[in-house]
Amino acid sequence: MSNEIKEWSREEMARMIAEDIPDGAYVNLGIGMPELVANYIPEGREAIFHTENGLLGIGPSPSAGQEDDELINAGKRPVTAIKGASFFHHADSFAMVRGGHIDICVLGAFQVSEKGDLANWSTGEPDAIPAVGGAMDLVEGVSTIYVITQHTTKSGEPKIVENCTYPLTGKGVVTRIYTNYAVMDVTPEGLKVIKMVPGITSQYLTENTAAGLKFN
Amino acid sequence: MINKIVNSLQEAVSDIFDGATVMISGFGEAGSPIELIHALIDHGAKNLTVVSNNTGNGHVGLAALIENRQVSKMICSFPRTAQSVVFPEIYCKGEIELELVPQGTLAERIRAGGAGIPAFYTPTSVNTPLAEGKEVREFGGRQYVMEYGLKADFALVKCKTADRYGNLLYNKTARNFGPVMCMASKSAIVQSSEIAEAGDIDPEIVVTPGIFVSKVVHIPNPVSENILLKEQRRYP
Repeated sequence: MSNEIKEWSREEMARMIAEDIPDGAYVNLGIGMPELVANYIPEGREAIFHTENGLLGIGPSPSAGQEDDELINAGKRPVTAIKGASFFHHADSFAMVRGGHIDICVLGAFQVSEKGDLANWSTGEPDAIPAVGGAMDLVEGVSTIYVITQHTTKSGEPKIVENCTYPLTGKGVVTRIYTNYAVMDVTPEGLKVIKMVPGITSQYLTENTAAGLKFN
Repeated sequence: MINKIVNSLQEAVSDIFDGATVMISGFGEAGSPIELIHALIDHGAKNLTVVSNNTGNGHVGLAALIENRQVSKMICSFPRTAQSVVFPEIYCKGEIELELVPQGTLAERIRAGGAGIPAFYTPTSVNTPLAEGKEVREFGGRQYVMEYGLKADFALVKCKTADRYGNLLYNKTARNFGPVMCMASKSAIVQSSEIAEAGDIDPEIVVTPGIFVSKVVHIPNPVSENILLKEQRRYP
């Protein structure tokens, strides 16, 4: 069965998210896989990307040799600023986040629960050094939270679960989940599958998910 | 005549005392006042509580200050980054205290401290381990966590342009925590790559008004932390 499935690549997942971002949206992209989303905004649409370290209007990555140590994103990688961008200090940046001014945030996940709980900052292991960054501010401040993640861990454990076992970033905060197998909406009735990768069966998806799924 | 410009890094950090709380600007390498931090290492004040978003990279700047055992407590949001080696080692030995604060809460705690607000309620961290032991209150049917404003004895801040009044302009995303840290500290010590004549900075574009700044030192060509890291430099 699994041999027949052509999973969605990271780029295809990013493209699906980009297509769900409406014209004129202010968007915050988390570190890592979420950053890919910026590459796939459909032509004719304009989204303004926010980075919590003080820039509204992230442009394309700079070409080699054009990097500026003082123009970076939340992942501390060099970026550029579009025409019409603005710089601001950290308290203003998080006023944009907490104050509900950012429309959409795309984040990675360790686990997502069927109730929309997100765990993405700590595995809770005793020897791990905890680091949270801006994730908790984003999930509470931004009303639409898209999660982009592999459906299972490298060892095949489901990442979509009934209840998160890792420490929470926020409770009931996730709007929609995009994985390499499916796109699922968090609804009051549980997870509703709205799209599946071609070739996958609902049985296979259910077997790789530790939460209840509703199919159309 | 008001003139906040001092002649040396040594003079800039000379008042920092053992046990002081010191805010240090920067987000990764952007805005990190490396020269001021190295001057603080030379100065030698110990048992410091440092408020900064990260814990420094490699063996320079904030990482070197921690490695030199001058910091007893870190208040920060993201203590481990790809190039952070010193803090993890000392933390795992139990030799430095960590207060982990969500990044937006950290920024707002500093802003509030500087604005005379002792505490505030935020939705950030509600229902998570970081809200444990904190007062939670409901407003309009939603839960909020009480957080305290943060103040400091000193701030070390990097900027691009300053004048003798202490009016400051920053460079791109190196602004980050600088403006709120200047507000929240009794004495904000700033390194600036350019010194402008009073009146040459348009009042409409001043980012940090001079009232929040105590000392300015001119560092025309600040080192790049990235280059120091590539060269595997250590300080001292």
